Amino acid sequence: MILTPREIWAVIHGMMLGALFLLAYAGGLAELINLGSKWSTEAGIASRVRRLITGTWIMAVVAWLTVITGTYIVYPWYRAKAPAGAELTMYPRNFLLSKPTTAGWHHFGMEWKEHVAWLAPILATAVAIMVTKYGAKLAKDDEVRKAVIVLFTIAFCAAAVAGLFGAFINKAAPIL
Amino acid sequence: MMNQQAENNGPIVAAMLAAGIGCLVLGLMTCLAEASKAIGGILNFYDPVGPLSGKTIVAVVAWLVAWAIFGAKWKEQPADFGKIFKVTLVLVALGLLGTFPVFFQAM
Repeated sequence: MILTPREIWAVIHGMMLGALFLLAYAGGLAELINLGSKWSTEAGIASRVRRLITGTWIMAVVAWLTVITGTYIVYPWYRAKAPAGAELTMYPRNFLLSKPTTAGWHHFGMEWKEHVAWLAPILATAVAIMVTKYGAKLAKDDEVRKAVIVLFTIAFCAAAVAGLFGAFINKAAPIL
Repeated sequence: MMNQQAENNGPIVAAMLAAGIGCLVLGLMTCLAEASKAIGGILNFYDPVGPLSGKTIVAVVAWLVAWAIFGAKWKEQPADFGKIFKVTLVLVALGLLGTFPVFFQAM
């Protein structure tokens, strides 16, 4: 029942920050879709917009923290080169590349994850700014609201690819 | 459309287009680093992270610079939201393509 400092950072990066972003997407999407409802009252729209502004900014900050901790704290442990004769399980990249059956996790999974993940915070920040600047006008402007939903969904998909491969790779070659 | 253009939508259009440019630059840097070892070496800003550090820092800087430029350009004037949204989608799609391993590993 003890986690190493590296495992704790992997948990903070993937299971806390990354998972929070992915779970919050459903709530944000529901708010954005319902914002266009013709049965919404002025007070209802104002309340929904306040929640959306708070939620999208939290998601943007969480997305930045996820990619920064992933790239600058966890990833160096993943890609560290194993010295000759070292136990490869301590060097996930070398471990995966040591067998043809696991090399694809690095060549496809990690290579995709480490790059595509960075699209999520950029797009999530754009969404937070759009929601903040447009505010209650989003309820009446279908074109802008749909654009926000599309960008929000692309940010989610980028984060989902990164999260999914992160989980698979950590199963095949955990950061210990 | 006229009604939307009458609104000051400049700040949201600037944020949206800048995000598209950030995505495109990330895809471009990923492809360039893969195609050329020299460029990969230049992008190695921080050794423990390797070229990924440079690719992401350059993309974030490009995004922020684009945001500042477009933000100033459209601060007071409305822009054609529909047209710029389509351009943004193309830029994001190119960014997604550039960060897809099957594509950039074929460089």
